[in-house]
Amino acid sequence: MNDNKTGKIEKVAGPLVVANNMSGARMYDVVHVSDKRLMGEVIELKGDLASIQVYEETGGIGVGEPVYTTGESLTVELGPGLMEAIYDGTQRPLDTLYEKAGDFITRGLRVTALDREKKWKFEATAEQGDAVHTGDFLGYVEETPLIKHFIMVPEGIQGTIKSIKSGEFTIEKTIAVVETDNGDKDLTMMQKWPVRKPRPFCKKLAPREPLYTGQRVIDTFFPIAKGGTACVPGPFGSGKTVIQHQLAKWAHAEVIVYIGCGERGNEMTDVLLEFPELIDPTTGQPLMKRTVLIANTSNMPVAAREASVYTGITIAEYFRDMGYSVALMADSTSRWAEAMREMSGRLEEMPGEEGYPAYLGSRIASFYERAGRVSCLSEKKDRVGALSVIGAVSPPGGDLSDPVVQATLRVVKVFWSLESNLAYSRHFPAISWLNSYSLYTDNLKEHIEEKVGEDFLNLQTESMRILEEESELEEVVRLVGIDALSASDRLTLLIARLLREDFLHQNAFHDVDTSTPISKQYKMLKTIHYFNQQAKDYLNRGADINDIENMDILDKIARMRYVKEEDQIEQIQNDIDSEISSLTGE
Amino acid sequence: MQKDYKGIANISGPLMLVENVEGVKFGELAEIKLTDGTIRNGEVLEVQGNKALVQVFEGTTGIDAQNTKTRFLGRGIEMYLSEDILGKIFTGLGKPRSENDRIIPEKKMDISGAPINPFARDYPNEFIQTGISAIDGLNTLVRGQKLPIFSGSGLPHNKLAAQIARQSTVLGKEEDFAVVFVAMGITFEESQFFIEDFRSTGALSRSVLVLNLADDPAIERIATPRVGLTCAEYLAFEKDTHVLVILTDMTNYCEALREVSAARKEIPGRRGYPGYLYTDLASIYERAGKIKNKNGSITLIPILSMPEDDKTHPIPDLTGYITEGQIILSRSLNKKKVSPPIDALPSLSRLKDKGIGEGKTREDHADLFNQLYAAYARGKEVQELAVILGEAALTDIDKIYYKFAEEFESRYISQDEYENRSIEETLDLGWELLSIFPKDRLKRVRDEYLEKYFSKFKKEEDQ
Repeated sequence: MNDNKTGKIEKVAGPLVVANNMSGARMYDVVHVSDKRLMGEVIELKGDLASIQVYEETGGIGVGEPVYTTGESLTVELGPGLMEAIYDGTQRPLDTLYEKAGDFITRGLRVTALDREKKWKFEATAEQGDAVHTGDFLGYVEETPLIKHFIMVPEGIQGTIKSIKSGEFTIEKTIAVVETDNGDKDLTMMQKWPVRKPRPFCKKLAPREPLYTGQRVIDTFFPIAKGGTACVPGPFGSGKTVIQHQLAKWAHAEVIVYIGCGERGNEMTDVLLEFPELIDPTTGQPLMKRTVLIANTSNMPVAAREASVYTGITIAEYFRDMGYSVALMADSTSRWAEAMREMSGRLEEMPGEEGYPAYLGSRIASFYERAGRVSCLSEKKDRVGALSVIGAVSPPGGDLSDPVVQATLRVVKVFWSLESNLAYSRHFPAISWLNSYSLYTDNLKEHIEEKVGEDFLNLQTESMRILEEESELEEVVRLVGIDALSASDRLTLLIARLLREDFLHQNAFHDVDTSTPISKQYKMLKTIHYFNQQAKDYLNRGADINDIENMDILDKIARMRYVKEEDQIEQIQNDIDSEISSLTGE
Repeated sequence: MQKDYKGIANISGPLMLVENVEGVKFGELAEIKLTDGTIRNGEVLEVQGNKALVQVFEGTTGIDAQNTKTRFLGRGIEMYLSEDILGKIFTGLGKPRSENDRIIPEKKMDISGAPINPFARDYPNEFIQTGISAIDGLNTLVRGQKLPIFSGSGLPHNKLAAQIARQSTVLGKEEDFAVVFVAMGITFEESQFFIEDFRSTGALSRSVLVLNLADDPAIERIATPRVGLTCAEYLAFEKDTHVLVILTDMTNYCEALREVSAARKEIPGRRGYPGYLYTDLASIYERAGKIKNKNGSITLIPILSMPEDDKTHPIPDLTGYITEGQIILSRSLNKKKVSPPIDALPSLSRLKDKGIGEGKTREDHADLFNQLYAAYARGKEVQELAVILGEAALTDIDKIYYKFAEEFESRYISQDEYENRSIEETLDLGWELLSIFPKDRLKRVRDEYLEKYFSKFKKEEDQ
């Protein structure tokens, strides 16, 4: 880094430092503050004064101390070594910080994001003489048993490979030389990318495939597409984090980036301890082998919180560019917005709603817009990658009129509304079936009908109708009592109860129930509807609704979700028939 | 050589502006010498050019603008520590409260602390038995957790906190245990209640008291929890002690913060509280926890009184987003003479799942509490229904739910202040209450546990 220019500190107020003599600095350039070398970023320029948000504690910093410019914007290092890492908001590896500085995070520590010493086995796939463009594969590294880390030609390089070799290299060693119009370029396995700039792609594609999550309420009723966006707002205690963790565990994505933004330290520890133990059912490998963690806990510096979501999404885009399906979870985007608000307040900007800056909406929109299914940048354009973004929002008091929720809802396509009433009755996931929505159902229709079942969408619509009817009937029950209802209404209530308690409710801590494959979800739903059909027939033949409400088979239906073998579920339909015929027999 | 700056350019509220200073650092401690010789303490909130903005902890009453001298000490607020702090009483700024409370320090630590590296954390999973069913059975507390009590004025949160401090044990372990009690703006009587309680159980010699009472300077409260937590960190991570920290009342802390923010003319967030309230509270709460390869731990129980019992007020709201659950006290239960009046439905312990189960409490614990919760929630709904329709209109099964909810409140949640129930007793009581239901209603419990436990209690009843 070239530390040519220096300014002098003029003002310190919390994470905001103002320095003079800064002409020549550019917006969002990284600077180092004082001789303690605290990292910061220029966020405002006025004449030769620069306002800097500092990513570390500013206690003990005073007027007159130097500020060093670097002429670079905030970048992340991309290359082998990202997987299984845990970084802070500015991509400092927390495990290395722990080794260097101990239990507490102290200031001014400089460590590189990627290990410079470690050797990786590079397998070249391109050959000498090949013409290569930005994004083309040069080769790969088996980073973990789950992830082949492809080495791509960095942006702006185009030419012919002069030499390339397989073998064991560190990330700074040259693996290939490309002859370009501007002379020979040495390529290494590592590249850098400024976090605030979206990584380029060839073109965006409409989402086609669902991102299965193993969560029944999501997959069946409010699915998210690969390359889609979703938000989970809810008051505290409604299970936002559990849902985010469940998605990180069971989502059918090849790479997971999990950003803990301004949340609890213990939650990150939980992920760190749990993920290496959890085995991915499809690959048999620990889930950690496909995960990158970004942790800026609530007591870590607020400015770095602002950076953490960008750090995370840039890493996610990098894996998308390799053609992977990537899912990014950000918990919680409210903390990110609050970090913006805090910096905006210190800059004395004119506030918008609730003190949030006027640019809140556009920042949120441009963040979510970095998601998508894309045709990746390469000469052949033969790769398709997808980046799905799922953001948790923590509105004050669970109030959905909060500006962050509203700005988020304007851009995301899936809304999973968490409700405290459901959480109080321990209905988890506490996703409201009445208020949530997914706008991907049309996009995914074809895929679902072909891969899951012709009648799946009908079953889904029918279930939703029953649940909506239930909420109306409950009003009636509240006023006049259940005895006033007709037998068929009471059957509707019974079916709705089965749907709620035996299908929508899902126990994240039960070995089998924690994740349900879509094929099993289909069978479960079908069984409930089969029961509905048979019970209706039976009712029409003059049966007593009380008999139906007390059928033994209900117990079997309730235990479907704990059953691993899917053919046992199909068996239940026969049991329904035989119980009804034995009832009519009497 | 430290310089004395004579005169103050500007005094407003708890803040003063000192001009023509040199080399002052952000966050530095200032000593303010009044004309009558008394010394006050302040902290630098902002430096700009040759001006420093200082927040005065003891308030600005009696400070004159011409002759007051300010000296900047070149360091933050520090706490002097040794193992002798146990049994001692300190002021809200960490000074000994009387001659008897002086110690010979072994080391000093800056009270603002540093964030624990998430990588260094150890996940809290050791079950703490508090002997209170509503906590052990439903909102299990574990070592290293931060679990606040959301209360209101007139509710018995102090009794509950004292009972937790008195009865907490980790099963099958004898380890060093200490209590750090931090009072912010509470009355003399309230603090005396705790001190007497600690004294009567002999816990006082294992306690550190940091007191800022209602008549002590309000701005000092900003430093008070940090002083207490610095003591706790020292005891936990350097002296291998398990520390329980009680912070009461966080609402007073937040009001002091608001006062400073208003004096600085900052753009307020909700209800006049500063926009950085979340970050500030997190810097306190997140100091709880366990660290890998260290034997000690910090368990944090902040108490806050919700203005107008409103859970969506910024203080409880932001607290709930940082802490690992909350115990909510309910005024209506208190009126019904349910004591402790813990409102089981909105209360929650986020870490319970890791602290319960086989080897920790009992294998059936998780399923059992899911079932109890669900049944109680339904029971409460039925009770509401009964208010409208009359009890006679309920279906048979709803009548059982109705009865269950009543029994649950009077026998499970309610217990005497000095009743110390073992976890076995708590769990068995849960099964006993559930035994009024037909078996097929208990869908949240796995078959094997139904077999093993439910039949045990069901049979006893039938005999």
